[in-house]
Amino acid sequence: MSQHILSVLVENKPSVLARISSLLARRGFNIHSMAVGPTADEGMSRMTIVVDAPEMEQVKKQLHKLVNVVRITELDPQTSLEREIMLIRVSAAPGKRGELLEIGTIFKATVIDVSTASMCFQVIGEPRKINDFVELVRPYGIVELVKSGRIAMGRDTKTRKLRAIG
Amino acid sequence: MSTMSGARALITALEHEGVEVVFGVPGGAILPAYDPILDSPIRHILARHEQGAGHMAEGYAWATGRVGVAMVTSGPAATNLVTPLADALVDSVPMVAITGQVATHAVGNDAFQEAYTTGITMPATKHNYYVTDPREIPDVVREAFHIAATGRPGPVLIDLPKDVLNGEMVWHKPAKLSLPGYRPTVDAHPRPIKDAIKLVEASERPVLYVGGGIIKAYAHRELLRFAEATRIPVVTTLMGRGAIPDDHPLALGMPGMHGNYTAVTAMQQADLLIAIGVRFDDRVTGNPATFAPGARIIHADVDPAEIGKVRVPDVPIVGDARKVLEELLSKWDGRDAPERREWLDTVAAWQRDYPLRYNQHPDGPIKPQYVVEELNRLAGSDTILVSGVGQHQMWASQYWKFTEPRKWINSGGLGTMGFAVPAAIGAKVGRPDEQVYAIDGDGCFQMTPQELITASAEGIPIKVAVFNNGAHGMVKQWQNLFYGGRLSAVDLGKDFPDYVKLADAMGCVGLRADTPEEVGPAIEKSLAIDDRPVVVQFVTDSEEMVFPMVPAGGSNDDIILSREDLP
Ligand SMILES: Cc1ncc(C[n+]2csc(CCOP(=O)(O)OP(=O)(O)O)c2C)c(N)n1
Ligand SMILES: [Mg+2]
Repeated sequence: MSQHILSVLVENKPSVLARISSLLARRGFNIHSMAVGPTADEGMSRMTIVVDAPEMEQVKKQLHKLVNVVRITELDPQTSLEREIMLIRVSAAPGKRGELLEIGTIFKATVIDVSTASMCFQVIGEPRKINDFVELVRPYGIVELVKSGRIAMGRDTKTRKLRAIG
Repeated sequence: MSTMSGARALITALEHEGVEVVFGVPGGAILPAYDPILDSPIRHILARHEQGAGHMAEGYAWATGRVGVAMVTSGPAATNLVTPLADALVDSVPMVAITGQVATHAVGNDAFQEAYTTGITMPATKHNYYVTDPREIPDVVREAFHIAATGRPGPVLIDLPKDVLNGEMVWHKPAKLSLPGYRPTVDAHPRPIKDAIKLVEASERPVLYVGGGIIKAYAHRELLRFAEATRIPVVTTLMGRGAIPDDHPLALGMPGMHGNYTAVTAMQQADLLIAIGVRFDDRVTGNPATFAPGARIIHADVDPAEIGKVRVPDVPIVGDARKVLEELLSKWDGRDAPERREWLDTVAAWQRDYPLRYNQHPDGPIKPQYVVEELNRLAGSDTILVSGVGQHQMWASQYWKFTEPRKWINSGGLGTMGFAVPAAIGAKVGRPDEQVYAIDGDGCFQMTPQELITASAEGIPIKVAVFNNGAHGMVKQWQNLFYGGRLSAVDLGKDFPDYVKLADAMGCVGLRADTPEEVGPAIEKSLAIDDRPVVVQFVTDSEEMVFPMVPAGGSNDDIILSREDLP
């Protein structure tokens, strides 16, 4: 089954998150990740939902039936901007810290906590980059890992691109 | 500035919506609303169970086309309402349910009679509201009625905590609707209409496959005109019975699991299905992979999610059934109806060779099909016929000649036993001048008979024919056909209850017919009574099975016509 990214604009109303997750569950669509937050318009929230489903027509149509769902955009993973934040605590005996810091530098990861036994990194980036980081530090021992879920938006293809940034 | 309570605002808002009747049961959390209703012209009908109130609201909506309203208290009352809500959702019945809730400060504390009503009913409603401020009431009620009645109709629930009902507010006329996420498409796009006309022109064996959407959209006249203008035969699903008169030469009756041979086979052999207001339900298609294999599909529905859900159409049309048919008619305009001699002859030959049939022996047990036909003959097709769920429902749909829309009320999508009696009451309240007759199974009847007390107490003279075959007949049929006749938990016995005494105890007239010759007279007697509800028990053949039949998930090509054809 393939993963699809939906950017869903919803009215900022009570239970809207429950409505969406309940609907997806009821219709048998598997939610891979879901990130929600306010938008520039305070009456609206934006959700980025990553769904596993063979095809998206039904998912989108069923979501559209929810009264509080205002707009749904399916984002093409090839052309959209995707980011995720991960906090990851890795075992780091004093002798290993240097190696870990090196890996961190390559990934522009920030160390946000250090103890005698572990280091905690903050990694921001595309999901692939985050996964690569996880694989690289796995041999050291992952103590704890948390991800924000993906957020995404389409690239501005209407106005001429000045420069591809980040 | 004068203020009023949230409860009074609620009743005022209902009055503004033109509500004439509310079906309900009071209780602690909803108490505040039961006081101002005393001063309102709105009639309140005290159901004996909240499920009854819900189905009454549905029956009312079915018969009148207006939004049915049910009002109950919190907790167990709200959960009792879940079945009618789920029923109304799948059958697209416009309904507004009002539930009391414990006070906002108690919500979330497992307070007495607290249930998470909006959570429980989220997947059973088109939309629901939890109101936290009495000032929201006018707008919420306006929105709820709008959502219930427009687009694909359905149930909307409003949950009102007691302190919100008791709180004070200044009445204001509802603001302009602000529903940025709710904009049903009503008008069909012109392009698919053109494409549809091209397919219609090119087809040799077209069939119009129509259902509840035609009834809901009041599109029956346009349907008839389109069918006649294009000379295309019409099958009407269980939900669409009455969309075209059954005595019309182009009417083929009901398709599906218990559809007649012609309706089923015409769809199987069609080269074009014009599907309007239907959802390719599994009870119609059988195995979707073998359904109408040679047919191209035009699918029109007001709910875009139905289009392509089961079968991807060649021409999708989103829109209200009546608007779609009007557009199709205007594009077709002026053309002569094609002869279609070969196809119509084929269909007519099937009708002649494979009619529905049963055999009523004069000395044998009463055949249920015979009761339906006699009832139809004596009560007339202008009767509003309401049905339960089971074999009797299929016989009612097969053998009754429907001539108008909104004269057939049943629970199709959810298949809710216990629907008939309360739905008949709701229909009669909405259409007091019409004859309302329910056909119910003994099993179904025993699920909600107490609502006949409501009918007696409120002076709602419905009639109920109980088909007493002493069994959960439909389940028994499946056990006979698919479980080698090992009957498990389907025997209800024919002796208890004594329906005549039970009817009498509930303030109704009780009648019974045990032999074929008693059928007609019992019906006539029932028709002569109009001051009280009547229950007529027909003791019917326990062994009778519903045919034709396509086994669940099977191919419609393998339709079994009668017991003799069983493999
Ligand atoms: C609430 C509910 N419970 C169970 C069923 C399963 N069911 C479908 S038909 C049927 C038997 C109905 O019996 P009866 O009302 O006597 O009708 P008959 O088939 O005998 O005509 C049952 C139990 C159902 N549809 N609804
Ligand atoms: Mg029965």
